[in-house]
Amino acid sequence: MAVTEEQLKTLREKARRVRIDILKMLTECGSGHTGGSLSATDIVTALYFYKMKYDPKRPDWKERDNFILSKGHAAPVLYTALAHAGFIEHAELCTLRKLGSRLQGHPDSKYLPGVEISTGSLGQGLSVANGLALAHKLDESASRVYALLGDGELQEGQVWEAAMTAAHYKLDNLCALVDNNGLQIDGPVEKVMGVEPITDKWRAFGWEVFDIDGHDMAAITAALDRAETVKGRPTMIVCRTVKGKGSKVFEGKVEFHGTTPSKEELDIAMKELSEETVCK
Amino acid sequence: MTQTQKVATRDAYGDALVSLGRKRNDVVVLDADLSGSTKTSKFAKAFPARFFNIGIAEQDMMGTAAGLAIGGKLPFVSTFAVFATGRAWEQVRQSICYPNLNVKIVASHAGVTVGEDGGSHQSVEDIAVMRVIPHMTVIVPADGVETLQAIEAAAEHQGPCYVRTGRNKVPVIFGPDYKFRIGKAHVFNEGKDAAVIATGIMVAEALKARDLLKAEGIDAGVINMSTIKPIDTHAVLAAAKRCGAIVSAEEHSIIGGLGGAVAEALSESAPVPMVRIGVKDVFGTSGDQEGLLRHYGLSAVDIAAAVKEVIKKKKEPR
Repeated sequence: MAVTEEQLKTLREKARRVRIDILKMLTECGSGHTGGSLSATDIVTALYFYKMKYDPKRPDWKERDNFILSKGHAAPVLYTALAHAGFIEHAELCTLRKLGSRLQGHPDSKYLPGVEISTGSLGQGLSVANGLALAHKLDESASRVYALLGDGELQEGQVWEAAMTAAHYKLDNLCALVDNNGLQIDGPVEKVMGVEPITDKWRAFGWEVFDIDGHDMAAITAALDRAETVKGRPTMIVCRTVKGKGSKVFEGKVEFHGTTPSKEELDIAMKELSEETVCK
Repeated sequence: MTQTQKVATRDAYGDALVSLGRKRNDVVVLDADLSGSTKTSKFAKAFPARFFNIGIAEQDMMGTAAGLAIGGKLPFVSTFAVFATGRAWEQVRQSICYPNLNVKIVASHAGVTVGEDGGSHQSVEDIAVMRVIPHMTVIVPADGVETLQAIEAAAEHQGPCYVRTGRNKVPVIFGPDYKFRIGKAHVFNEGKDAAVIATGIMVAEALKARDLLKAEGIDAGVINMSTIKPIDTHAVLAAAKRCGAIVSAEEHSIIGGLGGAVAEALSESAPVPMVRIGVKDVFGTSGDQEGLLRHYGLSAVDIAAAVKEVIKKKKEPR
């Protein structure tokens, strides 16, 4: 069943609201990862508000789909999605990173319903996603597993171990995505430690690969739909994104990996985000 | 103690897994291309659909086990101790212990009795590096009987477990009426002059040492400390108060393992002289089992000498 124009409109609007909430949360907290949360927003919006099956009243519902935020530092986008999805109250978002908060600096499954596993140390989430996918295969469950990785994260060797495992065990109930925003902490990814050609690598590891614009909601939803039809191998959706997508204050800026907006920067961004939807 | 029967704890593990797999269909097993050695191959043969070989990829294996646990399974993960706790230490910490997942790591070929493969394969640090992680329970069974029960207990326990098994056949110490419990030491005899707190294959050596010392009129108690974390502090302190001198014995570095845990308990609550038997902060080396135990000072003779040394310390004015 393909996405409708009406749904796309709703999703773009949702993504706009998620970006606003992320920026407010980060500015209030004064600490956290701006750029990588914004680049992942359209992907996460499509997953939570178009594709994934879940019940906020039953976070342990056996038939739910699973989302693993392997690039755990983008916790703000996950927390905001969980708030919009009804797992937590909106008011809780401004407790990000505060002592005693359930909204830890990186997602913590011990505290927060809706978080499948604690992440933060890069390169580990895909292995966990594989484990979940294997469990579903054993149970002959229709649940699907989604994992979101960063492009810098592809430098971690464990990612490629997991890539082998997923193909070897034919995990067609697994769909991974790379938020390919081209930047990491010390600079552009290709300058620090090149990971291209990303699509060729995943294809060589036996995955079905789609290469899309990670801010084109129609392309994202279509790829997620297509992934469900792939049999006998896992799917990787490489999403070409812009780090900090949403406002020219952050877009393409290395320094906004782990810094938060000042009040002035937030004001500028809010103006831009209020004016129009960000993605196509 | 039966003189003749010897069983490798890794074999007992393999059997325990099959028995567990029959009782519980949520048990799954993972290995990293070492199932013939770790003995998970027995489970693999009996329940092939529930066995996952992840290949020579220990970090991935730990993460996969975590995912299976979230998916409602009870994963047992195996490889050699040096790889399980070294190569994949951070994955054990981040993906298993930090989220407090119900994964059981059973690592074989621990200690120097790995033998001929040499130092690269002999873990003398695994107890130390597992013990220090929050939420982790660390168990070192002394013989085949205790291993079987420890695996059952680990399966019942909620939370991450690390169980250490060995390569070589070791004497069966316990009989059918033995009851293993996580966190409970087993006192063979209380002793008077000194107490030896031993773990793993050193328990059999400690019992031999006790007999050697008896012939010389020295009354040494022997305690099997099979749970290193949470350590049976009560048993440690009781032995200290009773004997006033403690020897720890492990097939592991003298730093951070059983010796470290015992010293921590003693120094806080019952400071008495102590001597640690273990690998003295060096790496392993190739050799035969018996030769290596002598080389590293891990035999009954060494334990007996340590007991005499600690009794001397006890008698020194302080």
